Amino acid sequence: MDRRIRVLIGKPGLDGHDRGAKYIARALRDAGMEVIYTGIRQTPLAIADAAIQEDVDFVGLSLLSGAHNHLFPEVARILREKGAGDIVLFGGGVIPEEDIPGLNQAGFKAIFTPGTPASAVVSFIEDEQKNRS
Amino acid sequence: MTPGDSLAGEITRGVVRAVARGLSIVENGAQDAPALLHALFPGVPDHRTIGVTGPPGAGKSTLLDRMITRYRSLGSKVGVIAVDPSSPFTGGALLGDRLRMQTHSTDPGVFIRSMGSRGHLGGLSGATRDAALLLAAAGYDPVFLETVGVGQAEVEIAEVADLTVLVLVPGAGDDVQAMKAGIMEIGDLIVLNKADRPGIEQLEAAVAASLDLAPLGRPRPGVARVSSLTGEGLDELWALMDGLLASIDPVKRRLENTRRTLRGLLTETGTLFAARLLDKEFGTEAHILELISNGVTTPYEVGRKLARAAERMLSGDESKEDRSHRDSG
Repeated sequence: MDRRIRVLIGKPGLDGHDRGAKYIARALRDAGMEVIYTGIRQTPLAIADAAIQEDVDFVGLSLLSGAHNHLFPEVARILREKGAGDIVLFGGGVIPEEDIPGLNQAGFKAIFTPGTPASAVVSFIEDEQKNRS
Repeated sequence: MTPGDSLAGEITRGVVRAVARGLSIVENGAQDAPALLHALFPGVPDHRTIGVTGPPGAGKSTLLDRMITRYRSLGSKVGVIAVDPSSPFTGGALLGDRLRMQTHSTDPGVFIRSMGSRGHLGGLSGATRDAALLLAAAGYDPVFLETVGVGQAEVEIAEVADLTVLVLVPGAGDDVQAMKAGIMEIGDLIVLNKADRPGIEQLEAAVAASLDLAPLGRPRPGVARVSSLTGEGLDELWALMDGLLASIDPVKRRLENTRRTLRGLLTETGTLFAARLLDKEFGTEAHILELISNGVTTPYEVGRKLARAAERMLSGDESKEDRSHRDSG
């Protein structure tokens, strides 16, 4: 049995700045995970559908445009609606402190703001995975 | 009724989450995998598997995106398994093929699954064949298999797919490259992609010259000059693909696929059996390695003794009615 942690890194909305998303994708790869990167400008539905088809354990969303309060919960809603509410969600990007509780409320276990080392994301995922299995 | 049965039922009905779960079970080589595949196997409809292979950056995923569009326009439900390399050091993988197939990201008639090669060296992952069977059981036809970006010798795809499309691009070497054995021999169809780029004439000439020298008895592969970007040459490619797919005898294909599945299982079972036997006869791998480095034995002698032990075990089997007592003898 060869079980790998599978993570989808998605960029919803119109923001085309994907350095951060790619950096995290690469760091997770180097931590031994299988990372599906969807590319920029994805709709919440496209991200949710991809996450379900890929049977991932985690979905990480990256956004720097400021539309996170709308787009992040939308991904969470669609996943729940399609019976995939067990997938652990996290987010990152330029996200003001005061928005974080709302996103947590919407189902995002963690929000990583600029300056977070990639190792923090890796340990978050590894810890969560232990809780899941 | 085992959990495998109900999951199989959902897969057969095309429930997306069940298909995705089933693929994970098969890919992870989980304990339930054989039972699940056993439940699905009898109901798998006749289907086509189309392999797409070629060097890294040849445009396999982008061409595949076009192929999906084409089969969707014909009303088919399309399945895709796209394999990217896993790191030999960490086991991690960046699976980016999906990125090129965004045209179909919300189309319920398209199922795309990315897989890491997980140490498998033939250009696919160990589970690709079974994963394709599972997608077919869920009603996807054709099922496309995209290999990792290949070098010269990853020819496994030709064993798994009914039709293998080899994608080449200009500027990747001279005519000697086109004459080498291996990957150049497995395409039922050769796509010269990026026809909008310079060097396409030379590539076409080199491939044609190489094919002219092909031994008799093997059908000459069709060649299509294509630009996935502009759409140039795609109609000719579809015509070639249709012709080749139509020429395949479905009964023979099914038999051939089954034979390959059986052989795959043979290898898998053989490896497991050999590992257990090795452990029983000689001890752990670490112990054997130590013996070898101390000059007590060589890997070849271990191999020979292992074969003899297997022989003994098998001939012992025949004389015993009750196999459950085998280990006590």
